[in-house]
Amino acid sequence: MTFFIVTLIKIVIVFAVFMTTLAYLQWIERKVLAHIQSRTGPLRVGPHGLMQPLADVFKLLTKEDVFPPFVNRFFYLLAPFIAVCLALITISIVPFGPEIEVAGVRTYMQIGDVHVGILLVLAITAVSVYGVALAGWSSNNKYSLLGGLRSSAQMISYELPLSLAIVSPLLLANQLSFRAISDSQAGYYLGFIPRWNIFQAPFPQIFAFIIFLIAAFAETNRIPFDLPEAENELVAGFHTEYSSMKFACFFMAEYANIVNITCVATLLFLGAWHPLFPAPYSNWVAPLVFLLAALSCFAQAAQPRRKNDQYTFPLFGVVFLVLTAIFVVAALEIVPVLSTILLSIFWFLAKVGLLIFAFIWVRGTLPRFRYDQLMHFAWTFLFPVSLLNLLITGLLVALFPERI
Amino acid sequence: MDTVLFIIFAIVAIVAGFNVVLQRHPISSALSLVGVMGSLAVLYLLLGAEFMAMAQMIVYGGAVMVLFIFVIMLLNAGAEKPSSKAWFAQIAGLPLLLAFIATLGFLIYSALPGLRAVEFGSWTMGTAEEIGKLLFTQYLLPFEVISVLILIAILGAVVLALKEID
Amino acid sequence: MHFSPVPLSWYLTLSAILFVLGVAGFIYRKSVITVFLSIELMLNGVNLTFIAFSYQLHRIDGHIYSLFVMVVAAAEAAVGLAIILTVFKNRGTLQIDEVDTLKL
Repeated sequence: MTFFIVTLIKIVIVFAVFMTTLAYLQWIERKVLAHIQSRTGPLRVGPHGLMQPLADVFKLLTKEDVFPPFVNRFFYLLAPFIAVCLALITISIVPFGPEIEVAGVRTYMQIGDVHVGILLVLAITAVSVYGVALAGWSSNNKYSLLGGLRSSAQMISYELPLSLAIVSPLLLANQLSFRAISDSQAGYYLGFIPRWNIFQAPFPQIFAFIIFLIAAFAETNRIPFDLPEAENELVAGFHTEYSSMKFACFFMAEYANIVNITCVATLLFLGAWHPLFPAPYSNWVAPLVFLLAALSCFAQAAQPRRKNDQYTFPLFGVVFLVLTAIFVVAALEIVPVLSTILLSIFWFLAKVGLLIFAFIWVRGTLPRFRYDQLMHFAWTFLFPVSLLNLLITGLLVALFPERI
Repeated sequence: MDTVLFIIFAIVAIVAGFNVVLQRHPISSALSLVGVMGSLAVLYLLLGAEFMAMAQMIVYGGAVMVLFIFVIMLLNAGAEKPSSKAWFAQIAGLPLLLAFIATLGFLIYSALPGLRAVEFGSWTMGTAEEIGKLLFTQYLLPFEVISVLILIAILGAVVLALKEID
Repeated sequence: MHFSPVPLSWYLTLSAILFVLGVAGFIYRKSVITVFLSIELMLNGVNLTFIAFSYQLHRIDGHIYSLFVMVVAAAEAAVGLAIILTVFKNRGTLQIDEVDTLKL
């Protein structure tokens, strides 16, 4: 019985945090893009534009739900459901931290562990093509159809390098479950080099990581591979005919896929929640980061560029100071359980956040590929390179079977 | 719990299977088949075949069926025209099919005594590890042969698809 | 939680039903693509039988056979769809009974 209650609590927490993250990811993306392009981004709604996601949600909910007359009704409605449902599954098998004991109950910081976890992720990625392809086909619109066709071809092509890049860290870990993969990356070489898979002994998986990231850009239909929804050639591609909540579903699915793929990258390559350097020192990274954030907020408040800045920035500074205090308590390990939870979540989210920032950064920097370049790149460069990487990894793992 | 899960997914599989046969439009048939494959994957899990369940979704659901849907979308295949040519199938088809399924049912229930009862989690050999071990020892030759088969299939598909219209 | 067991014969019956549905589709349908889909349905029924008997014998050989069936199905789909594409290019139709002349 306790198992069900504990699982239910974990599900509620993860779901609430995940949905909020999805809403705010869009705000973060707009802000970062704006600063890359020397603009300010959303500022009007709430302090420093923080209520913008809420306003967006209300806007999307209250907009007219246009139902185009010549669509295939059933599949037109089914497509956004497929997209959003499949995008929300992966987070349920992601481990956020080690085993903990709260009030006598031992549990993992993970909703559920699946033996074949990584295969499940691959299966979900494979099946999620249907959402986009069906949306494109059922819209009965040439641009949408082109977008759907492009996306299915692109996703099938890039799934190969993605899978091959996933296989090489699996060779090192010898396991398919996320929990086992994360546990296999604990510890340090020579006391300071982390055993993350990108530094792992026989053959560091740095190439696999880069291939995985490139394929992940393509799988999530992001710039530079966003041909399925290219605004200026396909008028947004497969979701041209979608409006209000159905459009929001595709939007949510896109951001959920970004979070999922960065979580998987963190688990497979960046050592999950294991910190960059050993424990007593790495505890102090979190307070330091938040202290720096607080200080920069106060510095901004001292020279306000806009009228509201003199109120909002001190507020943010105080919030960051509170966070600093919390993480100082965690770093001192006064309550061991609390510091385990907070620190592992901090390290995990820091890695995921950095990868998401990289996604947005690339979007703000790179132009779009042409379609033939995209296919050429996948089949003549990325695929052979990932195969070569897999061969070298397999050879080295076979030559040095015992872990160093 | 096992029974409930089995009944739900068996019904989904059968309804979707009927849909594959009865729908006029190829894309509806194809998606119903994806439904059959998804529910069969759950049944594989109940039978302790976790690796096969995932392989089913990745290979069938993610590769083969996407290829089908891709071709249907590419050819813009419309609904099928009903035809009345096969008079023999229309008269004798249904009775023969019923006889076929009755024979199969008779075989299952009379000729196969001592069938186990399936209990979820009571047999957990269907892991990737076990399958890999068997595949690379006892079934190594079939494995190599099948990889050659795939190579031939790829070459054949490329040659056929590149052929000019005469 | 109580897990009540399911008789294995139910699984075999389900696979028989799926196989017969596939046969029916193969015989009755006229669109090339749907005929192919019916073949896939039959193969799926057979796969379920393999895995059910694998459970019965507590050996995983059945899993390997069904893996091979899957691979063959993938190869068959690739070649078959290429043939369908060629037929559609040459004849402009997907109906089986309209592709009934050896020469155009």
